[in-house]
Amino acid sequence: MKISEFANSSGEWLKGQGPDSDVVISSRIRLARNLVSFFFLPKCTDAQKCQIVETVSKVLHRVDPKLNFLRLDQAEDIDRQVLVERHLISRQHAGQTGARLVAFSPDERLAVMINEEDHLRIQVIRSGLQFEQAWAQIDQFDDRLEEHLDYAFDAQFGYLTACPTNVGTGLRISAMLHLPGLRLTRELDRVFRAAKDMRLAVRGLYGEGTEAVGDFFQISNQITLGYAEREIVSDFSERVVPPMVAYERKARRSLLQDHVRELDDKVFRAAGLLRNARVMGAKETLSLLSHLRIGIALERIRGVEMDTVNDLLLQTQPAHLQQLQGQSSEGGQMSAVQRRIVRAEVIRSRLNGFEAKG
Amino acid sequence: MKCDRCKKKATVHLTEIDPKTKGKREVHLCQQCSWEEGITQKHPPITELLANFVLAATQTGEVANAECDACGMTFLQFRQGGLLGCPNDYHAFEKMLTPLLERAQDGQTRHAGKVPARTHGTEQQQVLLLRLRRDMEKAVQDEDYETAARLRDQIKEMEHPAEAEKV
Repeated sequence: MKISEFANSSGEWLKGQGPDSDVVISSRIRLARNLVSFFFLPKCTDAQKCQIVETVSKVLHRVDPKLNFLRLDQAEDIDRQVLVERHLISRQHAGQTGARLVAFSPDERLAVMINEEDHLRIQVIRSGLQFEQAWAQIDQFDDRLEEHLDYAFDAQFGYLTACPTNVGTGLRISAMLHLPGLRLTRELDRVFRAAKDMRLAVRGLYGEGTEAVGDFFQISNQITLGYAEREIVSDFSERVVPPMVAYERKARRSLLQDHVRELDDKVFRAAGLLRNARVMGAKETLSLLSHLRIGIALERIRGVEMDTVNDLLLQTQPAHLQQLQGQSSEGGQMSAVQRRIVRAEVIRSRLNGFEAKG
Repeated sequence: MKCDRCKKKATVHLTEIDPKTKGKREVHLCQQCSWEEGITQKHPPITELLANFVLAATQTGEVANAECDACGMTFLQFRQGGLLGCPNDYHAFEKMLTPLLERAQDGQTRHAGKVPARTHGTEQQQVLLLRLRRDMEKAVQDEDYETAARLRDQIKEMEHPAEAEKV
């Protein structure tokens, strides 16, 4: 499979659809699983890692013949980076060594990493607030794999994982949120403190160890043991995320009421820069897209759709820009300056002719 | 701002007030000079603190000897690397893992979720399978292919009933 063939479009989960998509960009659930008859990866030899890849990919192919497969240890670095930017593999999975594979559905909702930290990491991402649907899909897929694979499981500890922080359900649930209102009204700290009190982790756009830029955040659970999957999922989707969404909307309303001029100024400055700039850095892009996005959500600006902004969040990432360059010319590694120029071009080509509402 | 002593970048800034004259004296020092002047204390990195803590614990009794007889992982190795070596470690290190789990999992120590629909042999069988696989790898490394082939057949035989179940 060629990564460049699908890098031009975005996965279904970035379509900006689904409930509460003005604040919730995506809902993701991930399950960690290990095979009973192999050591965990730190104790696996290279030969055993290959065997795991073969065993699991055979089953994946049987369960869903439509999946795309890519052996990461045989892939180009640029392809691995594209997959990281698309959230189909983790940074860790891209950077480590040894036999490893990713399989994902054509709509990119479902992905399985083989030999990341555990033998299997299954994930489902949906756009908007759709945890119940994501759980239904991943639960069913997990059941079907389990018809063919013997998972390491223990009556007391549940699904056994290489790191004890994942043991039990092996379930990690996370929401990617856009919170510009809370940032502008200086309420973010308070919300994040409350999240920490609820034993939740707050991270940047690309998960573990990444900085939060442009008001995009990932909130996820840390407790995986002692609760049923359904409890974790319904707790998160009914009691954790909705209050944050409500709080963000309240902040946005107060901006509309008391600071509409400043708000419009931010939105239209962002629009002007994005539509006209010739050289554009990565951080600046994220923060401008964030301002444009709140303008669309509050209907301050028209002629540009939410999914275009979501799409640009992905298409302006370094590996995606490099991929584009590779297609248009004879290729070669882009310099940082070239990348900023191409980024500005990509943005300009997607954003033309929007105007103030009313 | 530069360090008063060595002209490196100053990171420690101190304002002293003379109790009699009420006169102010400002001192600017870099990290290194402030340690040497005894103004700040040198903190060991957190990883060092943790390693020392584990080492101290390992010198007392059980923890020192804890080793998984399936994969050969020791508890100390786990504390250093953060990852376990095989499913059997959860029982081999149960005593030491329980307090860690309680801390990481908000007091929870018992699974309450999904259970795989199929059972796959007893725990002993699972551990045996892991050991056979390790021995087979070793035999291959030692180029003892006769033993390796025998072990491979033994593994297949153990896994076979599960295979038959699937069909």
